[in-house]
Amino acid sequence: MIRTTLAALMSYWRRNLLQLITLLAGIALATALWSGVQAVNAEARASYDAAAATLGEGRFDHLRAADGGSIDQETFVALRRAGWLVSPIVEGRINGVRVIGLDALTAPIGIAPVSLTEQADLGAFLSGGGQIFGRPDALAALEGTVEAELIADPNIAPQTLTTDLVFAQELLGREGEIDRLLIATVQPKQQATLAEIAPNLTRISAQSGSDIGRLTDSFHLNLTAFGFLSFAVGFFIVHSAIGLAFEQRRPMIRTIRALGVPLNILLALMMVELILFALIAGVAGVILGYFIASALLPDVAATLQGLYGANVSGTLAFRASWWATGLLIALGGTTIASVSAFLKLAKMPLLAGGQIRAHVMVAGRRAAVLAILAAACAVLAVILAATADGLVSGFALLASVLIGAALALPLILDQMLRASQSLSSGAKAQWFWADTRQQLPGLSLALMALLLAMAANVGVSTMVSSFRLTFVDFLDQRLASELYLTVEEDRAKEITGYLEPRVDAILPIVSAEAQIKGVETEVFGARVHSTQRDNWTFLDAMADPWDQVAGGAGILLNEQLARRTDTWPGAIVALGGQSFEVVGVYGDYGNPIGQAIVSEEVFAELYPEEIANNFGLRISVDQVDDLLSDLETQFGISSENVINQAEIKAFSLQVFERTFTVTAALNVLTLAVAGFAILMSLLTLAAMRVPQLAPVWAVGITRRSLGQLELLRALILAFFTILIAVPLGIVLAWVLLAVVNVAAFGWKLPLFLFPADYLQLAILSLLAAALAAFWPALKLTRLRPAELLKVFANER
Amino acid sequence: MLLRARDVSKTYSIADQTLQVLRGVDLDLAASETLALTGESGSGKSTLLHLVGGLDVPDAGSIEIEGTDIAGRSDAERAHLRRTDIGVVFQQFNLIPSLTVADNIAFQARLAGSADKEWIAYLGQTLGLEDQLSKYPEQLSGGQQQRVAIGRTLAVRPKLVLADEPTGNLDEASAQTVMDLFLKLVGETRAGLLLVTHSKSLASRLDRNVHLSVGVVS
Ligand SMILES: Nc1ncnc2c1ncn2[C@@H]1O[C@H](COP(=O)(O)OP(=O)(O)O)[C@@H](O)[C@H]1O
Ligand SMILES: [Mg+2]
Repeated sequence: MIRTTLAALMSYWRRNLLQLITLLAGIALATALWSGVQAVNAEARASYDAAAATLGEGRFDHLRAADGGSIDQETFVALRRAGWLVSPIVEGRINGVRVIGLDALTAPIGIAPVSLTEQADLGAFLSGGGQIFGRPDALAALEGTVEAELIADPNIAPQTLTTDLVFAQELLGREGEIDRLLIATVQPKQQATLAEIAPNLTRISAQSGSDIGRLTDSFHLNLTAFGFLSFAVGFFIVHSAIGLAFEQRRPMIRTIRALGVPLNILLALMMVELILFALIAGVAGVILGYFIASALLPDVAATLQGLYGANVSGTLAFRASWWATGLLIALGGTTIASVSAFLKLAKMPLLAGGQIRAHVMVAGRRAAVLAILAAACAVLAVILAATADGLVSGFALLASVLIGAALALPLILDQMLRASQSLSSGAKAQWFWADTRQQLPGLSLALMALLLAMAANVGVSTMVSSFRLTFVDFLDQRLASELYLTVEEDRAKEITGYLEPRVDAILPIVSAEAQIKGVETEVFGARVHSTQRDNWTFLDAMADPWDQVAGGAGILLNEQLARRTDTWPGAIVALGGQSFEVVGVYGDYGNPIGQAIVSEEVFAELYPEEIANNFGLRISVDQVDDLLSDLETQFGISSENVINQAEIKAFSLQVFERTFTVTAALNVLTLAVAGFAILMSLLTLAAMRVPQLAPVWAVGITRRSLGQLELLRALILAFFTILIAVPLGIVLAWVLLAVVNVAAFGWKLPLFLFPADYLQLAILSLLAAALAAFWPALKLTRLRPAELLKVFANER
Repeated sequence: MLLRARDVSKTYSIADQTLQVLRGVDLDLAASETLALTGESGSGKSTLLHLVGGLDVPDAGSIEIEGTDIAGRSDAERAHLRRTDIGVVFQQFNLIPSLTVADNIAFQARLAGSADKEWIAYLGQTLGLEDQLSKYPEQLSGGQQQRVAIGRTLAVRPKLVLADEPTGNLDEASAQTVMDLFLKLVGETRAGLLLVTHSKSLASRLDRNVHLSVGVVS
């Protein structure tokens, strides 16, 4: 019985291949987009974490020889004796791979290979016989050239190997030499100063690693939101494919039950069937997602690296966990998408009859339920928009806006069509609008998919573009000086003296840690100059804020601090026993902690012991290169200690271009998915269309013009949907930038609108709809008269 | 007695209206006996047939097949009965559109686990379907489709065959051929037959006639 029933169920798919393909492709695409985005995210994050862990550069200050040479063993020992918690690092390259030697006993936690702490074969690691940790591709570069145990460890940064210090020194032929000393974050209280023990070393600050992490997180969060939306689009396809298949199989299910197959067995078999499909399509989806991700990854990797300085592996490893999560998503999505179809089937009476009226009533009630649900979502969204202050409520807001809009779409479209109908005249036009309204239920899921895809694209484009504008502005403001120079404190006077006549202005950058209103804050002393007046933009400020800062009574706060302490221009804050008036609040993207700016003079009063060793230099661009080489020859200041802002800006812009490539690729993909949904809906509707169109054809509308009307209908429905999607997408972006981002990271990204982009997206969507409608319309114009006449011959 | 129904009643309710269709029906059918059930449209013939076939349960009364009451049995037990002992031919042909004619004919027998190849081949031949076996139902005429449905029902060699206006959708000529074949084959299986029909002439060809009106059989 089970085999026969299963064969009958499967025979349906054999005869309706198109539906099967829709279903499988829907699941596969949804899974692919989701797992692709997740993979990009996960890979970037893993590489970033690994890099941070391996190099420790993001998180730890370190010491370097001032002359750029190596540090000897004695200096290290002297520092340790004096109570400095430092750990030696040696670096070099073998066969192009970066080899890092570290001292497992003194390294700060999280620096050494993870396996070292977990599998704890410290002896082997230290013995000098050597264990080398790295990713398989990096290890391969060493294969056969060294006598050591090569241990694959995906947690190591790309193209990097770690091993014991002494062994690395041997490998690199640099016995006894140390390149850097990592300084543990927590140090004992009484320390002899660096100048006393090791005057030849300079301290280099951590590359504000946590800021980078935060900014990266923001990018990831937005990508995740996007992946979720893509999944929702795919889910709509799956839902509609399952719904349609179940609807069409109803008579067959009835017959099979009438012939003696119990309902629960039938339901169980159909579930097995769906699970099978979900698994097959899920596997295809994960593989597809892998290709999407690896196609996107070179760009994403470059994007992240450029934007945030994170080093991301440009290649993708196939991780077991992706299979698991990808298949889980496919199964979960299919289950959710099929629940209502199964419930309907379970409640379906064995015997038809007297049902039609009830069916119509149910449909009417369903529309009412949809309207109520949509309204409830709208109310929830309004409430959340006013109150949301956390990540969860931010995402709840996002979900309620999207679900509400999707549910309301058929109702809104119906109203629009009704209005068009009442405005139209002529029998053909009247019929066209009425017929379009009749098609709406069959197409509404595909249109919802289009709505979500389009809204997601508008939302993400808006978000990324706003991100870019803001960031470029921010770079202009923060990197206003042409050069940034880091020198040793005791040489600062000498060097600035040398620079004074050669540059337009020297802007010292000096900071100290303080508390403002109980929040950890980095206070900066600024030499007020036209540089700031010209380049800084404020989120909120009083008149001439820089003059007020220069006057000594004003203080500027970053947005994070202002939000956290709810302190805005006009408020008074206390700092070091003095009070200051807040005269401006500025955006400080990516910084997790509070920041405040006072004038150079006030700062010197408050923190006399802090001496500037970072300087911004204003200089005309054509003199940059000369100055750089003079600094090198005069003071031995290597390029490592000078930042050329033009290079950074150019690089950042280039990075944003890459981000756009990724976004554009994802946009095209989601629109393709939505177009696919429309195509499949139209194709499945096409069969049911024949009886509806035959009478119209019979009274004298040619097949050709029927075909044209079909195409027109798809375009009109897509156009109406786009009209709704654009504002929805903007709302979406607003939620992401102004609610979710604030909740997640404490700063708000300003929202900019990009009408030209929206227009382009709209045209793309219309194109997708037209492409999707073309084939079914063509089929209609080619329909043989005999097919149409059959409708009248046997009234089915 | 193959079928013995006593005091069967059935009420439908749609929305807030109730409609009592059967009000105490008694009906007997001996093994191999053929019985015609007539009655006006809407009198409840199909309803009665469905109850007898275990497709639905009566509100009150008993329906015994070979001495056991099916009214009180579980869904699964009734489903088993439908698979193996009772064959139903509906007015709409109720074929499975995605299976070939051959697979449709063998379908119920396979479900019941009692597919007899020779018998099925014989049925296909007798019903004049040899040339249609690899076609799909939509490629057949109405008369041919109903012959497939008849073949499917008889392929299990049921003890009781129920037919609900099996030729109601066919033109007169094909109705005639289909009915001739049907009665001939039912006779060969020695099954009991309960046939719902409008046609007096058809009814007269069966062993016995009963008439359903205002919810009771006379
Ligand atoms: N599933 C059902 N739900 C509600 N009413 C039904 C149902 N099936 C049949 N009826 C009603 O019961 C009455 C008898 O129907 P039926 O048994 O099909 O009559 P017949 O087959 O004699 O024409 C009709 O009025 C019909 O509308
Ligand atoms: Mg009837």
